[in-house]
Amino acid sequence: MDRNRTHRNRKRLFRLLHLLAVFLTMSVICIPGLWIVLNSFRPTVEIMAKPPVWTPSFTLEHYRAMFGGAGEGGVPVFDYFRNSLIVSVTSTVIAILIGMSGGYAFARYRFRGKSGYFVGLMLFRAVPGVALSLPLFIVFARVGIIDTHFGLILAYVAMNVPFTIWLTDGFFRQIPKELHEAAEIDGCTRWQAFWKVEFPVARSGVASAAIFAFLTSWNEFALASQLTRSVGSKTMPVGLLDFTAEFTINWGGMCALAVLMIVPALILTFIVQKHLIAGLTFGGVKG
Amino acid sequence: MTRRRLPEWFVLLLPAIVVIAAVVLIPLIFSLYSSFTPYKLTRPSTLWRWVGTYNYEKILTDAKFWAAFGRTVLFLTVVLNLELLLGLGIALLMNRVTWGQRTLRTILMFPMMFSPILVGFQFKFIFNDNIGLVNNVLQSLGSDAALPWLVDGRLAMFSIMFAEIWMSTSVFAILILAGLFAMPRDPLEAAKVDGCTPWQTFRHITLPFLMPFIYIAMTIRSLDVARAYDIVQIMTGGGPARRTELLWTLMSRTGYVDARMGLANAMGYVSILLSILFTIYFFRKLSAARAEIGMAG
Repeated sequence: MDRNRTHRNRKRLFRLLHLLAVFLTMSVICIPGLWIVLNSFRPTVEIMAKPPVWTPSFTLEHYRAMFGGAGEGGVPVFDYFRNSLIVSVTSTVIAILIGMSGGYAFARYRFRGKSGYFVGLMLFRAVPGVALSLPLFIVFARVGIIDTHFGLILAYVAMNVPFTIWLTDGFFRQIPKELHEAAEIDGCTRWQAFWKVEFPVARSGVASAAIFAFLTSWNEFALASQLTRSVGSKTMPVGLLDFTAEFTINWGGMCALAVLMIVPALILTFIVQKHLIAGLTFGGVKG
Repeated sequence: MTRRRLPEWFVLLLPAIVVIAAVVLIPLIFSLYSSFTPYKLTRPSTLWRWVGTYNYEKILTDAKFWAAFGRTVLFLTVVLNLELLLGLGIALLMNRVTWGQRTLRTILMFPMMFSPILVGFQFKFIFNDNIGLVNNVLQSLGSDAALPWLVDGRLAMFSIMFAEIWMSTSVFAILILAGLFAMPRDPLEAAKVDGCTPWQTFRHITLPFLMPFIYIAMTIRSLDVARAYDIVQIMTGGGPARRTELLWTLMSRTGYVDARMGLANAMGYVSILLSILFTIYFFRKLSAARAEIGMAG
């Protein structure tokens, strides 16, 4: 009897500790983001208050300033948002088309030096953005595509292709070969077999690869900070810097812009999560 | 005369190869060349003067470079190991959660989707010595000294590591959790019947099975370790007094602020080699681990 009870108590204690650990982990993950969101709704006076004000008041001051007129503190948030959107969407579409054909080649064909090609492509992805930005800056300046959408799109396509290949390779691999063989026996060409049979099956996987590519471009800073100069091409991560002056930072405005950056990313993450994990774990160097 | 047709796989791969060659390979060749010249942005004619390995000799004898290099290696070692351990811990925790697991898993993915620059700003705000969350909480709890988180060298390094770990632990947690879900139940039950302690079960059954997943996470991480640049650049800019200078910030300072492109490109090559070594190492481990549990094929 007694042993039973201590055993049960032990189990209960263990469950409590487990719950506490989960709660702590989640807090550490959530609080920094929440803090940013919360502060985007607080008046600047309150953010700067010393001693701190713990009961927050609510204001849309920063958002109103951000979307209205020239933008808060003259930061043209709207232009940055538009640039980010144009660059990210275009580069994602191109990277997916190129990456999908590459991924298909890795998943469906046997050829010599296959894993060599694969790792080789990945290595280009491993080149640090800062290290690449030095020569890209010079080359792009020579060609005359610095500070344009085109230049940035080109850079992001090259950056996203290797990883898209990795993901789509994984998704196409999960589709049994018999599927397109059957389609070909029924009289489809290889292209028709791909487009009408294999692509619809892998569609959700390709979509998640697309979202991943989109987020990479959406969030990129190291290249964008050097390859863009003016309001006409700066993206939001670079625009975030506009809120910092020599010694002061406009925290409220920055938080509002941050929220504007996070929200699309979070929504996309939510849609994509399941397929993304599957793609990462089953793709990669196999055979 | 008939022209030999290119094999289909090559045609499919061609666009990828062309784009990467144009945007990555050619600039890299150019930067390799310029690393052997005293190229300065302000004086374009210097691009044509060949100085051999002068730049490399210069950085190899430069104490500042070695300090940054050592700091980078230390930073990566600490950060990657902690991320792995924390990720493993979180995955094991999540695996035992019985309700709301999907929601928790989604929350777990959020930091992955934050822009590194945003993470930097966020923690610059939170660790701000005057109005930051951390100091506000500490002071409300009765500590009277405001800790100079981003001003003191050691504390600044800690803050940066914290930001980096916050951002990237999810990669490990999510992938290891996927591994735990995919794990067959039979060996675990057999071990229980045979009287293994939980630790033995974990060490000899769970962990070997998780290894490929850990290596996938490591490989993905090794592809973008340099994202730490964004965080450091924003949080401290390499300061105070170069105490948090990493290879990448030193490189961008040399290239863009001092305009000494040749020298910066030489440093760039050192950092590229570092990243590539990391990546190749983990790719190898990944293939080996996969072969071991029969996932290859």
